[in-house]
Amino acid sequence: MTLLAVERIKLFSTRSPYWCTALAIAMSVGFAALLAANADQVGVGLTQAGTRLALVVVLVLGALAVTTEYRFSTIRATFLAVPGRTSALVAKTAVVALVAGVIGEVAAFGSWAIAKVIKPNADLAINTGAEWRAVAGVGLTFAIGAILAIAVGILVRQTAGAVAILLVWSMLAENLVGLIPKVGVKIQAWLPFMNADNFLAVNTPSAGEVEATGGGVVFKLSQWGSLAYFAGIAVALLVVALVVAKRRDA
Amino acid sequence: MIEAIGLTKRYGRTVAVDDLSFTVQPGRVTGFLGPNGAGKSTTMRMMLGLDRPTAGRVLIDGKPYDQLHRPLRTVGALLDAKWVHPNRSARSHLKWLAVSNGLPAKRVDAVLEAVGLTQVAGKKAGGFSLGMSQRLGIAAALLGDPKVLLFDEPVNGLDPEGILWIRTFMQNLAAEGRTVLVSSHLLSEMALTASELVVIGKGKLITQSSTAEFIDRSTGNSVLVRSPQLFKLGPLLVDKGFTVRDGADGALSVSGATSDQIGDIAAANGVVLHELSPQRGSLEEAFMQLTGDAVEYHAEIGK
Repeated sequence: MTLLAVERIKLFSTRSPYWCTALAIAMSVGFAALLAANADQVGVGLTQAGTRLALVVVLVLGALAVTTEYRFSTIRATFLAVPGRTSALVAKTAVVALVAGVIGEVAAFGSWAIAKVIKPNADLAINTGAEWRAVAGVGLTFAIGAILAIAVGILVRQTAGAVAILLVWSMLAENLVGLIPKVGVKIQAWLPFMNADNFLAVNTPSAGEVEATGGGVVFKLSQWGSLAYFAGIAVALLVVALVVAKRRDA
Repeated sequence: MIEAIGLTKRYGRTVAVDDLSFTVQPGRVTGFLGPNGAGKSTTMRMMLGLDRPTAGRVLIDGKPYDQLHRPLRTVGALLDAKWVHPNRSARSHLKWLAVSNGLPAKRVDAVLEAVGLTQVAGKKAGGFSLGMSQRLGIAAALLGDPKVLLFDEPVNGLDPEGILWIRTFMQNLAAEGRTVLVSSHLLSEMALTASELVVIGKGKLITQSSTAEFIDRSTGNSVLVRSPQLFKLGPLLVDKGFTVRDGADGALSVSGATSDQIGDIAAANGVVLHELSPQRGSLEEAFMQLTGDAVEYHAEIGK
């Protein structure tokens, strides 16, 4: 508990988390407002389109929480105060993941609410399991994304490097894999951010439908399975990062 | 008490610290002296569990650093005053440190007061001058009221007032019975601050002794003697086994003897003395002589 309090003080006594939080929420809510105002048909799934961008901001927040510690050597001050490096870093991960989860929930329900205000007559009631998952699940993907970002931050230690890896990975690389002939889409079914998107999807086409529409990713996992897979990748990467941090000279 | 036992650190094929063993006793300021690149900072980082020794270990009050429960209560360290987030206020910086080791919030105010930063406690640490940053670093080191204190080059870049303040501060800490280890590459600074010296060069221990002894030994003490009766005194001193050389202005330079001994001999033989003054070589010369072979990066001057 002490360590959680320490990491909370550290996180909220600098400015970048506030900026990232504001930006993440503004982007998803703003995007939802734009879509709601301009689209003919607005569904619950569409209101969440902007949260995918907010996720990227949260990845940056997670990476920064670690890389600024290395940048300003406060990580050394941390390891002096708490020589058990693993517990210090796990506490940091827990705090940032929790904050990311809260940002996700606020962004998701905020986006949904703004669409509801702009298009009061559209069918925006959240009443199916898939719709609940698409909205309330955003916080879960944000929390897991934060864990993954912290792992990358610990491994890379430099802000520019860590942020570049996370942006290219989440925004670009996983999509580009689909361009590889034949195997591309098969690989995509096992990529972490693809699985995160699968978890949040309201309408998941069956294998037959994908075939009929001329290709796409057929996920082998159920939607909750996809989330567990995404979480598994993030935690595995964190474990590697913790082992490396423990061995390395601070 | 700090004990380093066979401490070794290798980076690839470079040996930064080579089988270093020494002890630091409580109740006095111990200077950790060596030229730049001698391995002082690496040694201090290994003492604090930040760097892993390739071999050997360091015990602080009998335990390795990472075995200490709430280590800030036992050891306070200032390795680099810039280890602070520039956008975090001085008070927030100390607050998270205090919370991490279960220290009450009033300790934060107490150490801010002790180093004179109360006025700027709410200001961002990034805007601090070097002197203020150094004070903040010392405040962090004092937070847990530790028995053992480590300072790495604490006076580097400070103005004379800051240097004097830190020097007095460290001596007071030692006078309270704490173990104080201060690194420096300036013997002249250590001569004023430390009563005990651990001298290293190229990662190896050169000597551990009291500061006075080290200075005496390394500067070589000669005494300048002027007298109208040198023709009489000279042979007497040579008979006693001292080395006598002709000094400037017809004076004698005697090495191996103290001024007391020469004065006694002169009086016993009724020799009039006009001058009897101990001569010291400069500390820098002595230090360079001792560590000359052990400097990591030599500059070729005037070639």
